[in-house]
Amino acid sequence: MTEERLIISRKTNNKFFLMIAVGVVLLIAGIIFMAAGGGAEHHAEGHGEAAAAGHEAASWTKRLFVNLWLNNVYFTGIALIGTFFVAVQYVAYAGWSALVKRIPEAMASYLPIGGIVMLLVFLFGGHDIFHWTHEYLYDVNDPRYDPIIAGKSGYLNTVFFLIRMVVYFGLWILFTKWLRNQSLSEDLNGGTSYYHKSIRISAMFLVVFGITSSTSAWDWVLSIDTHWFSTMFGWYVFASWWVSGLAAITLTVIILKQNGYLKMVNANHIHDLGKFVFAFSIFWTYIWFSQFLLYWYANIPEESIYFIDRLGGNEGHFAWIFFFNLVINFVFPFLVLMTRDAKRQMIMLKIVTIAILIGHWFDFYLMMMPGTLRTDAGIGFIEIGTTLVFLGVFLLTFTKGLAKASLVPVNHPFLEESVHHHV
Amino acid sequence: MNKKFVLGIYDDEDVLLTAIENIRAAGTKIYDVFSPYPVHGIDDVLGIKRSRLPIVAFFGGLFGMSFALWMQIWMLGFDWPMIIGGKPHIAIPSFIPVTFELTVLCSAFSMVITFFIVSRLKPSLKVNVFDKRSTDDKFVMAIEVKDGVTNMDALNDLLRSNGAIEVNEKEVVK
Repeated sequence: MTEERLIISRKTNNKFFLMIAVGVVLLIAGIIFMAAGGGAEHHAEGHGEAAAAGHEAASWTKRLFVNLWLNNVYFTGIALIGTFFVAVQYVAYAGWSALVKRIPEAMASYLPIGGIVMLLVFLFGGHDIFHWTHEYLYDVNDPRYDPIIAGKSGYLNTVFFLIRMVVYFGLWILFTKWLRNQSLSEDLNGGTSYYHKSIRISAMFLVVFGITSSTSAWDWVLSIDTHWFSTMFGWYVFASWWVSGLAAITLTVIILKQNGYLKMVNANHIHDLGKFVFAFSIFWTYIWFSQFLLYWYANIPEESIYFIDRLGGNEGHFAWIFFFNLVINFVFPFLVLMTRDAKRQMIMLKIVTIAILIGHWFDFYLMMMPGTLRTDAGIGFIEIGTTLVFLGVFLLTFTKGLAKASLVPVNHPFLEESVHHHV
Repeated sequence: MNKKFVLGIYDDEDVLLTAIENIRAAGTKIYDVFSPYPVHGIDDVLGIKRSRLPIVAFFGGLFGMSFALWMQIWMLGFDWPMIIGGKPHIAIPSFIPVTFELTVLCSAFSMVITFFIVSRLKPSLKVNVFDKRSTDDKFVMAIEVKDGVTNMDALNDLLRSNGAIEVNEKEVVK
């Protein structure tokens, strides 16, 4: 089989750097705007009576930290799905995906950066994002003592949280590198031994992933709303990551194909990726609804507060995103990708995958903002700027990872089968 | 009315696929091909159009969804309103599981029933087996013979030159 090398031109790289630069400029503009008090009307009324009203307008640092956290969780999740996708394909003895497996492999190269950013943002901005990090909540003599949060201190304490974070990233990066090394050695030496070893590594990773994807979702997203809890939450975040990751893989395959790479990928592979995106956007909705229905039906105040915050609460600030989330992540992909032809046409899939990637960014926005910035949340320069910076960095590491190895895993035992894939 | 068929027997999948292409290119109409297992790509070379069953499925599903919503809204909202769990009479979220199930059910049933009707599957159906070996290890290609039109010798040559290991004739009683 012929090797295919991706060449990232200087021009393309410059585009990514430009993306980061524009992001930084927007970010600085947004920060200046906020710090000067121009942007937030809340500031004007807030400052004087803030203490009395119990409402303090969010500072720009808080907004910045929450945005960094939001984007980092989103992009780390997509990167992690890269390894998860590869592992699932190995364990399932899947043949069709051999031609596209280098893309999810390379997607995971963002993980180390994600880990560092996650650690730094938590160390510097932990108090701004997580209410439970405040010491006084656990002090019985303090008037602000919170028995519910204090009861969770066995799990939710800074030291254990940091240990967990390091362990998650350590394990994820370890397995990613391990699988990647097998794959690259296979390119050089051939034989089936690397394949069989990859299956064993993948099986181990899936066990690790099964636990850590849930617990990391509790840590990084669920604990923002410290009082609230949901047994569906690990699945919910996983579903959101998984469908965004699949959309990212599909979009990359299409873009590479349109630029003349991945010559052996044909409509059948695109069709299968499209089915994945279609199926798991429904899966996400199923999880969303399973979570919503029970809380809506039981209507217990401590549980339904989560949805009230996102609907009528917070002055109805998030209501439009609540419905927008369902439309862009379920109705739109469901109706557009329903026919076979749509899943085989690159243009349709391109539109849907971009919509899903934007939609799930909003999904994470909706998970994090009501518990942190509340009515001060918005979508302005800071949000767009931070996202652009992260996107730029993600694409830089991703394309660098892609360019490092042949796009076709030349000695993969199932490559022949993948080339002749037919549905 | 009896129909006569010429049967080309093949024992190799790849030979069969090229044979189908060549025979169709030569202008001969193939009645059908029987194989012990599904052969990849055979639909394309036989020129079989894609099934329109998904369209039936869509409308079956649409019907199921509309029916389920109408049924629940009418029953619980108008015909016999009841307060359940302090929710409004027409509480859409609680209707969704039933709506989902009926959508799937009607979609599936409409497909199965349409399939039975279109392919005329019924308990009393009498099936003509052209060659019993097509359920074991041989591929059987059937070409209908039109009296006075079909040149039997040319057809025989065409089949044999395209790799048929046997060429038989069969009369089917309708």
